[in-house]
Formats: sequence, structure tokens, C-alpha cells
Amino acid sequence: MRKNLNVIAAYSIMMGLIILVGIFQSWNIALSIFNLCLISAVMTMGANIQWGYAGLINFGIMGFTALGGLAAVLISVDPVQEAWSAGGFNILSSFFLLIVVVLAVRYVLKNYKKSKNRSYIVATIIILGIIIIRFISEPGIEAIEEVNPAKTGFLGGLGLPIIFSWIIGALFAGGLAFVIGKVALGLRADYLAIATLLISEIVIAIIKHEDWLTRGVKNVIGLKRPAPYEVNLQQTDWFINLVEKFNLSKLNMIPDLAERQAALNQFVIEGSSIFVKLCYSGLFLVVVIILLILTQKALYSPWGRMMRAIRDNEEAANAMGKNVVKQHLLIFVLGSAIVGIAGAMLVTQDGLFTPGSYRPLRYTFLIWVMVIIGGSGNNFGAILGGFVVWFLWIEAAPIGLYLVNLTTAGLDDTHFLKVHLIESVPYFRFLMMGIGLLLIMRYRPKGILPEKIEIK
Amino acid sequence: MDFVNALILLLNYIFVPALAYGSQLALGAIFVTLIYGILRFANFATGDMMAFGTMCTILFTWYFQSVGISFGVLPTALIAIPFAIVFMISYMLVIDKFVFKYYRANKSPPVQLAMVSIGVMFVTQAVVRIIIGPSDRRFFDGEKFLIKAGEFKEITGLNEGLAIKSTQVITIIVTLILVSTLFWFLNKTKTGKSMRAYSDNEDLALLSGIDPKKIVMITWIIAGILATIGGTLYGLDKSYKPFTYFNNMLPIFAAAIVGGIGNPFGAFLGGYVIAFSEILLTYAYRKFFMYVLPESMEPDGLVQLLSTDYKFAVSFSILVIVLLYRPSGIFKGKVL
Repeated sequence: MRKNLNVIAAYSIMMGLIILVGIFQSWNIALSIFNLCLISAVMTMGANIQWGYAGLINFGIMGFTALGGLAAVLISVDPVQEAWSAGGFNILSSFFLLIVVVLAVRYVLKNYKKSKNRSYIVATIIILGIIIIRFISEPGIEAIEEVNPAKTGFLGGLGLPIIFSWIIGALFAGGLAFVIGKVALGLRADYLAIATLLISEIVIAIIKHEDWLTRGVKNVIGLKRPAPYEVNLQQTDWFINLVEKFNLSKLNMIPDLAERQAALNQFVIEGSSIFVKLCYSGLFLVVVIILLILTQKALYSPWGRMMRAIRDNEEAANAMGKNVVKQHLLIFVLGSAIVGIAGAMLVTQDGLFTPGSYRPLRYTFLIWVMVIIGGSGNNFGAILGGFVVWFLWIEAAPIGLYLVNLTTAGLDDTHFLKVHLIESVPYFRFLMMGIGLLLIMRYRPKGILPEKIEIK
Repeated sequence: MDFVNALILLLNYIFVPALAYGSQLALGAIFVTLIYGILRFANFATGDMMAFGTMCTILFTWYFQSVGISFGVLPTALIAIPFAIVFMISYMLVIDKFVFKYYRANKSPPVQLAMVSIGVMFVTQAVVRIIIGPSDRRFFDGEKFLIKAGEFKEITGLNEGLAIKSTQVITIIVTLILVSTLFWFLNKTKTGKSMRAYSDNEDLALLSGIDPKKIVMITWIIAGILATIGGTLYGLDKSYKPFTYFNNMLPIFAAAIVGGIGNPFGAFLGGYVIAFSEILLTYAYRKFFMYVLPESMEPDGLVQLLSTDYKFAVSFSILVIVLLYRPSGIFKGKVL
């Protein structure tokens, strides 16, 4: 108990802050912050596994998040029959060809010795394959995109409950991580960072511009929900009764029946959106807790010890017979898969998939700030980082506004400096994040909750 | 005649724009490579530092324009650059003193410095957005075209016009002057040689009496000059938007690594490699083939290898391929 005092204190302060937001701003805002904090926490856990456990830098978090989101679309949207009949065959056959090309390259690489000729053969196979695939897929893609472009114009998904996408998202992201890992993990730390950053940009470019698969920048909206819809809730009896029970004291103060009914309606509308958000919180909380238990178990298992050994001294671990390359690949895949789950969760919560909104600042660098501020190598720290940083990211604008008003109190309201500063209040969050990161790196390089390894 | 037309077409749409874009990338890439070679970390604040330098130029340009100073046919920004460089260098030296110096003194691993540079990135981004705002700014004035497409057609009597923007010419000339001065400085002067020695082997350089503080300061000064000029040229040629500058960091990194990180000459060429491959692979060659091929063989489609949406993806793919097959870059890196 005593040892964990700082953890408990840090989390209580965090929860206290969110509750304060609920009391002073509104419970709706507090809950949406809380939900995004939970999603951020999942992302930071993924990044923390890679960076904290194994010392791998993955600046491609954005790409894995987007793949998770893509999974949500591909799982939950109903299939567009017309599009499938228009271009499904072409897409499937080019997909099949793609597999053939990959297998052929693998076959050549495996069965022939390294030589100039082999490289030429591989290059020819790839180039020929790409040309053939383009010829086959192009008419299909055009046909698909012409099917009702205002509403669909893409193949659609499987029409399953969106919850499944959390697992599929993990598989997608893990699969991509496997490919990237095979290719790039041999690079030095900072090269790996740059390579993953650029690869994630490629992923986003593909998602943005392959309209037949993702609808691209036209966005997919109105995804199915795992939680009830507000409109339906507002007409259900048990929910209205529940809200009435909660607000009984307030309602009893209103003597007039008509007014009382109006107030109740207001409460029901507010309550329904809070209830939906609570449903999401519950789902997300389950994911966070399951992941936390798994990662904690892994951290203290022999495998976790081995990972730390590899992180702290690669050569020594290698000399002890640990397969560094394989373990790096494994942990890269695992961490990315967790980020993929978070990506699917994010799209599930928003109910829409907007490829244009994936920006490296928000989905890669901010997550890294979370991990480093929270405490890399410590799961509780990483989660706390997700909470703290997201909370500040959202609340930075009000805080910034307050600070600006405070510092420019002596100035006239129409003074150009004051007007300019108030206009630029949204950007104070960058300043806060940057200064926060710099201060933590300088004075508490291990984060708010530093890594503590107890030997049991 | 058709052949000349086809050549002019390529010149107009591929060669000149790629040369200008490549020069802008090259300056940024040399900036990245200098920091990497001497201060030994990947600077993720590159794009935003360039945005900061450009912002200074824009503010000075606006001031000059309001006072009524102009540079005739050339953009006023060219006069503003030296003043902006002073601001930029002092900003960089301040950041170095309060942020990077501590980690350098502690001999922190490069990864930690890279993380710190992300902090600097956030701060710089905030500073730029708070001062000048996130929106698109144009600060170009003076003569816009050196050769207009219509005039060119009239003079030569060809079907295809060749338009050369004055900013493109300015970009190329300024880059050539700047880069050749830089190489002269690095290869011929004593300070330049000591910088190269420091980059090659820090301990040996220290033993032979090279002052690390001086080296670091000069590196930041050169970096400041490169960042400001590179950023301003890009802004003059296209337009100034802080977010675009942040995004430009990615092809700049690609250029630096493709050329062999730590090697300024490699970075210089890397900029052109990236620019040319981006434009060559995403250009629609239909018109070109219409000129070159006989009528019966004219292509139906656009004859575009990749859609322009994948512009960035091209440079990144090149980078990934280079990293895989020649991790040290086309020119061997790690030495200035």
C-alpha cells in the first residue's frame, strides 16, 4: 500500500480534476474527456510496451491508429452489393495477384543465392506485378467509385457489430507492424523513428486516396454503435423513470406540472447523452483494465525481464542466447496491435471515420508526450500520462484564456495585443505540451511515475 | 518541331519546378545533416524552425513594405532575410542554451535529444502560431515572371509555352551561392575544417584543441542561415503556412537520409533526388507522348505512374528502399 502511495495519489488527483470539470463545466464535457483519456491510455500502453519495455521508437502510431479505424469501417458498414457486383471480381483477382507476387518474390529470395541477377529478377517481378495489378484493378475501382458516389462509392464492409473491429483492428495494425518490423527494425534508433514516421504517412496517404476501400476524404459517417442511441433512450420508459428518480429532489421543487414535465424532458435529453457516454466509458474501461492486467503480468514475467535486459544491453542479452531480432519484432507487433485497438475504439466512439483528420502531431507526437510525461516503462505511469496530457490538451484553451486575461488585465479590451492573444488561445496547448515535455525531460527524465522494478 | 515541343513541356512542368523544389529541400536537408553530424541528433523541430525563420522574414517584409522600402523587381523579402537571420540565430542559440546544452553536457543518447527536439517542436509551433497565426500568408512582391508562357510562345513560335517564375530563378541562384559558400567554408577555412574534424571524431578533435563551444555555436549560426533562407525561398515560391512547413520536414528528412545523413554534399544532392522523383513519378505524360509518338500510337489514359496524391509517398518509399539497401545513404554518411 505504502509503496503505491504516489500512484494512488496521482490517480486520485486526476480523477478529482475530471470531477471538478464535471461540476464546474458539465458532466458531458467531463465524460467525453474521460473517454478520450481512456483511449489515449490504450495508445500510450501500446507505445509504452515498445519504448518502455524494449526501447524501440515507433513514430508510426498515427498509421496504426488509422488502420484500427479502417477496421472499424470494414467490419461494421453494411456491404454495398451493387459495388461488389460492379468491381468486386476485379478487386478480388488483383488481391489474389498481389499474394502471388509476394509469394513469388519470397520464393526467389529463398531459393536463389544473393546475386545481382536475383535482385533484377525480384525487381522485374515486382514491377510487372504492379503493372498487371493496375490494369486489372483500374476498371474495377472506377466501377466501384461510380456506384452512388454521394453515399457509398466504396465496397462497404461486412456488416458485423462494430465491437469485433477492436480485435480486427489489432490484427490489421499487428500485420502492418510485422511487415514494417521485418523491414525496418534493424535500423538504428533514430533512423527507425524517421522510417516509421514516414511509413505512417504512406499509410495515411493510401487510406486517404483509395476511395474504393475507405471512401477517402469523403469520410464514412453514421457507423453502428455498440451503445444505445440518444433518441431511442429518450423514449424508453425505464430510462425516463431512472432520470426522474435521480433528479427527484430538483423536480419536487417545481410545483407546476407543465413546468415539471418540461424540466424532466430537459433532464432526459441531458441524461441520455451522459448515459451513452457512460456506456462507452464502461466498454473502454474494460479494455483498459484487461490490457493493464496483461501488460503488468508480462512486465513481471521472465519474458518481461528478458525484454528489459535486451533494452538495457542488447549485446549482453544477445550473448546470453536471447534472440534480440525476434523479440524486437514480437514486441513491435504487440505494441502496434494495442494501438490498433485504440484506433478502432476511437472511431467507434466518434461514429465516423475521417481519414483527413489523422495528423502526426495529434496521433504520434502527442502520444509520445503522454508516454514520456507519464513515465515510460511503467504502465500506470503511461496511463496517467494519457490522462494528464489529454486533460491538459482539452483544458488548455480555457486555462490559456484565463492566463491571457490575467496578464493583459491592464490593457483595453480592444487593444490589438489583447485581441490577437485571445484569438490565438487555441495554440497555447502546443506551448503547454512543449514546455511540459521539456521540463519533465530535464528535471524528471523518468516521468511522473518512474519505472520501478521490484525483484520478487 | 514536335520533339522541341515535348522538351519544352518537360522543362516547363518537370525540370524547372523540380529544380526549385529540390533546392528548397536541399537547404533544409543540409540543415538537418549539419545538426545530425555535429550535435548528433535527428532534429524533429526542423520544419518548425524553418517556419520560425520565415515568419521573421515575413514580419520584416511587412515592415519594409509599410515604410515603403522595396527591392525593385526583386521581392522585398530578400532585403528582410539578413534581419530575419539575426532573429533566427538568436532564437536558436537561446534554445540551445536552455534546452540542448544540458543534454550535450550530460552526453545523453541521441534518442533523448530527439525527444527533446520534439518538445522544441511543440514550443516553436506554438510561438509561430501565436505570433503570426496558422493561416496562409503571401508576402511575394516584385516581378512575378521572368518568362511568361505567352511571350515565350510568341518569340519561338512553338505550341508549348515555357513559364519561368522569378522565384524559381531566385531560389536556384541563392541556393547555389549559399551552398558553394558553405562548402568553401567547410573545406577551406580553419573553422570549417575543425567542424569536420569534430563531426568525424569528437574526442580526437577535443584533444587537438578544438573548442567545442565555438563549434556548436557556429553550427547553430549556419543552421539558422540555412533554415531562414530555405524557408523563405519556399514561402516565396509557394506560400507560407506553418502546417505545410511542419509537413515539409518529412521530405527534408528523406533527402538528408537518402544523401547519407551527416554528409552535406549528399544532402544537397538528396534534395534534388527527392524532388525529381516526386515530380517525375506523379507527372501525367499524356501530352508528352502525344508530341513524341505518331498519331496512331497516342495513349488513351493520362500515362501517370502514380496519382499526385501520392507525392509524399514517393519520397518516403525511396527513403525506405535506400534505408534497406544502403543504410548509410547514397553517399557515405556520418562525416561532414
